[in-house]
Amino acid sequence: MLTEFGRVFIFLILGVVFVAGGLVFSWLIRPNRPYPSKLTTYECGEEPIGDTRVRFNIRFYVVALIFLIFDVEVVFLFPWATVFKGLGWFAFFEMMVFLVILFVGYAYVWRKGDLDWDRPTPKVPKYERGIGVREDHLMEEEVAL
Amino acid sequence: MPVTLDYYLLLSAVLFTIGVVGVLTRRNAIVVFMCIELMLNSVNLTLVAFSAYLGDITGQVLVFFVMAVAAAEAAVGLAIVISLFRNKQTVNIDKINILKW
Amino acid sequence: MELFDIVFYVFALITLGSACVVVFSKNIVHAAFSLLFTFFGVAGIYVLLRADFLAVTQILIYVGGILVLMLFGVMLTNKVINVKIKTGTMQAWPAGIAVSILAGLLAGVFYSNWKDAQLPASTVDATTHLLGEMLMTSYLLPFEIASVVLLVALIGAALIARRNR
Repeated sequence: MLTEFGRVFIFLILGVVFVAGGLVFSWLIRPNRPYPSKLTTYECGEEPIGDTRVRFNIRFYVVALIFLIFDVEVVFLFPWATVFKGLGWFAFFEMMVFLVILFVGYAYVWRKGDLDWDRPTPKVPKYERGIGVREDHLMEEEVAL
Repeated sequence: MPVTLDYYLLLSAVLFTIGVVGVLTRRNAIVVFMCIELMLNSVNLTLVAFSAYLGDITGQVLVFFVMAVAAAEAAVGLAIVISLFRNKQTVNIDKINILKW
Repeated sequence: MELFDIVFYVFALITLGSACVVVFSKNIVHAAFSLLFTFFGVAGIYVLLRADFLAVTQILIYVGGILVLMLFGVMLTNKVINVKIKTGTMQAWPAGIAVSILAGLLAGVFYSNWKDAQLPASTVDATTHLLGEMLMTSYLLPFEIASVVLLVALIGAALIARRNR
């Protein structure tokens, strides 16, 4: 009794065994001789600055949010697609109503500019008459949140 | 011992309880959110188990709607948490008492 | 013990173990990533209960959507300087007592009524078209209302989260 998901399960087990086997085998046969410069993040000599976990820009969240909502919409499309042929125009119009309602939200986020990704505007260095005075920050810093 | 219906129900009950523990004891608002998702998952599990037991697909339709609402809930809830963080610089639910007086 | 039962125990163990990590881990990033395994475990149980479409939906919506959103939430709400994403607990004792009472009640209710109730043998192979039929006939109104809920969530959350109002 090997169902469709039985095959998926076998793939799952094979994947785990493959990855774990590779890691364990390489762990068994590799030499382990660490020294301080080998353990740095970038072995080429670049010093990492600050922490890995910096705060993200809020726009990433808004984009992820829009993605989530339309992800759910697509999931609703799948069962509809399997019965669409049998139910005909009725099912078609029902789904159109569904899509139009969500399209209103799409139009809203588009209109409000949530989909635009405005770049930090480069500041052109201003020169006083005669003497070149450069501003320290060429790029306008983006403030997270 | 063959796996019967009560195994699924017990699993769901334990999962729900773990979620309740998290909601009651954790301070970080986002962890509280994760625990709410755990509780939703356990309820979904119960619905699917009974759907399989009764041979009725209705339970699965309900789970489908629960998932859609969970997505909406997560989106709005996390937006509120982020908005709170922007104004109060914390996600500690002890510190967020602006509606309490 | 049959293979089916072993698979059930494996998925149950994954689900409960990673759920415990979500609740008791001090590191919020660890909690978020172990939530991934909880969702996967529940999806596996769905497959065992012959809800194939829901298992895939679980992966799509929870892992692909909600979990990503939560990770963004984690990344957005830690301090830039003095990164401290450890989180504390509070009132562990009263909560523990309340929860143990709840657990006993839940387990008792479930265990007494449906003990040794065998799940019937598989009758249907794929549930997707059955779900589609239900959505298009009996549950047509909830289906349309779901789109309104999603619309309101989209507009509301975008409005709250946006920086420049």
